Amino acid sequence: MKNAFLASLAGVVLVFGQAHARDSYDHVRFGVDVPYEPMQYRTPDGELTGFDIDLGNALCEQMGITCEWIEQQWDGIIPGLMARNYDAIMSSMTINEERRAQVLFSDAYFTPPSAWFGPVDTDIEMPSEESLAGRTLGVQRGTLQDSYATDFYGDVASVRRYSSVDDMLLDMESGRLDLVFVNYPVGKTTLLDSERSEYRVVGEMIREPYEYFGDGIAIAFRPRDEALAERFNEALAALKEDGTYDEIHDRYFTD
Amino acid sequence: MENLAWLNELLADNRIFTPQTIAYYWDGLVVTTQLVFLSLVAGLVLAIPLAIGRSSNRRWISLPIYVYTYVFRGTPLLIQLYIIYYGVVFFDGIQQTFLWPILREAFYPALIAFTLNTAAYTTEIFRGAIKATPRGEIEAAKAYGMSQGLMMRRIVLPSAFRRALPAYGNEVIFMLHASAIASVVTLMDLTGAARFVYARFYAPFEAFLFAAAIYLCLTFAILYFFRYLEKRLLAHLKPQGGN
Repeated sequence: MKNAFLASLAGVVLVFGQAHARDSYDHVRFGVDVPYEPMQYRTPDGELTGFDIDLGNALCEQMGITCEWIEQQWDGIIPGLMARNYDAIMSSMTINEERRAQVLFSDAYFTPPSAWFGPVDTDIEMPSEESLAGRTLGVQRGTLQDSYATDFYGDVASVRRYSSVDDMLLDMESGRLDLVFVNYPVGKTTLLDSERSEYRVVGEMIREPYEYFGDGIAIAFRPRDEALAERFNEALAALKEDGTYDEIHDRYFTD
Repeated sequence: MENLAWLNELLADNRIFTPQTIAYYWDGLVVTTQLVFLSLVAGLVLAIPLAIGRSSNRRWISLPIYVYTYVFRGTPLLIQLYIIYYGVVFFDGIQQTFLWPILREAFYPALIAFTLNTAAYTTEIFRGAIKATPRGEIEAAKAYGMSQGLMMRRIVLPSAFRRALPAYGNEVIFMLHASAIASVVTLMDLTGAARFVYARFYAPFEAFLFAAAIYLCLTFAILYFFRYLEKRLLAHLKPQGGN
């Protein structure tokens, strides 16, 4: 009886140990914060699409694995990865030092700048401590734009933090916000290209300082999944080689 | 900053609880306290006449009040907050009215939602207490020739308040806890501060446990305040005598 128990225990250890040692994912679950148009969003009939989504699916196809997208609000996206709710984050996450202490990044697959957006008739020309004093600024909570706006203008302006980009845009439309600070492609698609485009970019594209804006956006993994990250890097290189990457890029970005 | 030297020292080896994040929590505590206190005071002021009207025998007075309390007790506070915060902007031209400077901020829509919600609950608590007035007290008041108003003021309300006190104490604590949803409309209350710290340092346990500890302290303060009030105001209901 006792021996049978030990044998089965050994069997369990063996099976789990093996699964672990192979580190073979043939199914990868991606955590993603939706909507973040054009990076990831839903079409009117509810289908998940966007640059991140198409590229992620193409990468999985290249690797010969299946993948699945799991929606997660941005401010809990790294804890969700650690809690194994998904295996990787592919949600326009910028590589920076703060995050690198928590997760393992793949190679960068895109480098979008950030920008301030405001109503066409805003009197702010160049964001600075003087011009933003007393203004209301919108950011998405926990983004690098949040950190940047908080650290640079948090003392002079009131920074309002939103769980989702949608909520922020609603407050922008209603006139509760003077400016929003977002990743440029997202601001371009949701504000500049919107039906009644009453918005413009305020000031220049922002890519500095490095501590905030880092090295571009990448897929994030749990630190132990080095082998998986390596496989994604190889697949990304292959897609850049055969032109698939450019084809997906041109689908979402015109300039 | 000099007088905070001891604090800096205490926090020296700590990544999350820097003087800056402590300041966020402090500001959050101030916002939470203001929001809860003001909505409770305004709610109480509204609830007293509403409770009197709600216990009236005239249906044209009591029915509209019943509809109000039914709607506000029958829907989640979060939905009420969304309607008041995001809903108002769909009225065309609201940005041009005198109301906009108030509705533009996150604080006042939250205050309005919380006030209307707590007023509905408090109305029902007081109504129950008014209804429970012993018949004998009312008959005695009538026998003395008191008018309706005088009877309300001297007999019914004072004893109703005392009876309502324990239930109202609970409502105050519920309100404190319900105020945690204010952060969904970008208000940096205690929960808002915790969410900010959580998102910035990826530290759910530290960020939320710290906020929870502060809420716990606030709850204890409220609990002791009401216990003190009950002891004073309900002293006449305690067993009397030497043993």
